Amino acid sequence: MVAILLIEDDPLVRRGLELALSRHGYDMRTAGTGRDGLRALDADVPDLVLLDLMLPDLDGLEVCRRIRAGGDLPVIMLTARGDDLDVVGGLEAGADDYVVKPARPAVLDARIRAVLRRSAGDPDGIRTHRDLRIDTTALTVSRRGEPVTLTPTEMRLLLTLSASPGRVFSRQRLLEDVWEHDYLGDSRLVDNCVQRLRAKIETDPAAPEFVQTVRGFGYRFGPVQG
Amino acid sequence: MTGLRARLLVAFVAVTVLGAAAAAWASASAAGTALVSAAQEQLTAALAGQIGAVAPELTYPPDQASLDRLRVAAGPDTLVTFAGLRAADGAITTFDLGAVRTAARDGNRLVAQRVDADGRPWLLIATPVVITALDGTRTPSGIEVYAARDLTAVDRQVDGLTRSAARTAALALPLAVLLALAAAGSVLRPVRGLRDTARRLAAGDLDARAVPRGRDELTDLTVTINEMAESLARMQADARRFAADASHELRTPLATLAAVVDVLESATADLEPDARESARMAITEVGRLTRLVEDLVEVSRFDAGTARLRVEEADLVGTIRDCLRARGWTSQVTLDAPAELRMPLDRRRVDVIVANLAGNALRHGGPPVRVRVAATPAEALVEVTDGGPGLPPEVLPHVFARFWKRDPARARTPGSGLGLSIARENARLHGGDLTADADARFVLRLPRAVRS
Repeated sequence: MVAILLIEDDPLVRRGLELALSRHGYDMRTAGTGRDGLRALDADVPDLVLLDLMLPDLDGLEVCRRIRAGGDLPVIMLTARGDDLDVVGGLEAGADDYVVKPARPAVLDARIRAVLRRSAGDPDGIRTHRDLRIDTTALTVSRRGEPVTLTPTEMRLLLTLSASPGRVFSRQRLLEDVWEHDYLGDSRLVDNCVQRLRAKIETDPAAPEFVQTVRGFGYRFGPVQG
Repeated sequence: MTGLRARLLVAFVAVTVLGAAAAAWASASAAGTALVSAAQEQLTAALAGQIGAVAPELTYPPDQASLDRLRVAAGPDTLVTFAGLRAADGAITTFDLGAVRTAARDGNRLVAQRVDADGRPWLLIATPVVITALDGTRTPSGIEVYAARDLTAVDRQVDGLTRSAARTAALALPLAVLLALAAAGSVLRPVRGLRDTARRLAAGDLDARAVPRGRDELTDLTVTINEMAESLARMQADARRFAADASHELRTPLATLAAVVDVLESATADLEPDARESARMAITEVGRLTRLVEDLVEVSRFDAGTARLRVEEADLVGTIRDCLRARGWTSQVTLDAPAELRMPLDRRRVDVIVANLAGNALRHGGPPVRVRVAATPAEALVEVTDGGPGLPPEVLPHVFARFWKRDPARARTPGSGLGLSIARENARLHGGDLTADADARFVLRLPRAVRS
């Protein structure tokens, strides 16, 4: 059973989501504050965190940052306003996806499944690109022999891009392949994840060698010969 | 030329010209009077001198010859009488001398009177000749001298003065017009500034302010208008903040409702009919309420100016196709478009616009619903039409108004009443526009080079 930690301050929203998601077959745990949530994480690691951004004590963004600093646990943030600032802040803090409240449990369920699927690869062995080594079976990445820790979303993005080096993927395409979003996904998810991935695997993220921008179209995996 | 400007101009010119004319007339008439009296004095003094030079040599009582001598000495147009004798010359005989004669005899002195004859001005002078004895006593001699002096030359001089006064007044006219224009301009410039500010305020630009200058009534008015603008802006900001806060506050309970609606829905099968119907209604209305609040939040974002365009290079036609397909409208809506039209756009916002237009056409119009896409080098045009009756003239001005419903009885449509307003705001955020005509033909224009 998939374990989900819901961190949400409003008791009725918390209980409502707990009821609804339990019926979708999740093992629901809840916390009412950011600190309680972090404590619950230490006690028993869930498979995914549903994180409300407006929390009374510790800001949801800060909670997200601390979860990221501690590892690659998937985080979906719940934003009450859906305001751009919240979304951007959440993505920069390392969230894998976001859902705007009020959200139908069916939508949440789909997003949770999509995030969790990213951990399951489509193994085809080991890909080596210059000094970058991607093990598609063990889902590990190393650069110059040093292991690099990627979140499931970053991993899935790297696997998708590196499966066809040189091919240009539009943001829309990546949203469908990596995030499994419908036709109107938010392309900032892609841009933010690309930035985080570059910070981890590129020597100089400002002049990327592996994840290259194709202006006006999207991204492609390098190094491209010629 | 504005009405106020014309009135100021006329008033200023009238005052200036009347003033100049009055001053010219006054000075001309004063000068004329002075001229006439000087001429009269000179003429009477001359006559008195002429008589005085001859009178002492006359024999008394005078005979005809003496009278003739006196008459000659007094110059032309003169009459000299004594008892029954008279000596006359020229025009004097044509005048009626009764009045001057009486005045001269009564006062026993020289009398002058201005008269007009044959269209010419004359000065009639009558004087008794007085004999002054050696001891200084003066006795009337009984001789009377009448003279007519032509004043035409003097009158001509007076006329000349009047004409030059009129010329001076006329010269003042263009000067007055120039001055009036300048004065009107200086008065009207702040008025025009105020008008422009008021016009911008009326058009909804509540940041418009007029700059107060100087320290007059117009400055007071400017300050008042600025204060009015500030209180309008405050009221609007309050109203918008309220709408934003209210929609935000509504979202939390809606989040709970949206979460539990599914649970409720899965349980409705086991309920009694009444309870089942109630549960279904609650579920439907939660959906409507959610859409309404989402639209309200969207509108308050536009109002607060926090709506941001997220432009990316995308295919407009593909976006429209996705929009129709995602809503299952592909079979009801004909898409007439080129294969692809790549341009910078915000896909989500274009989706909102197209979904709204096509959705309205399907709900309120009639088949066939058609979406046509065309492009010029500068802009892309998306035209949504339907085969329905079109929009009545009284409806057309309100189609983009918030919560405006064409028919109150049909108010319970699936829409929030904000859709077209949001669609138009989205078009304008792109730097484009959305318009409607009487045939319910909605045209969306999007510039092909959007500011990013």
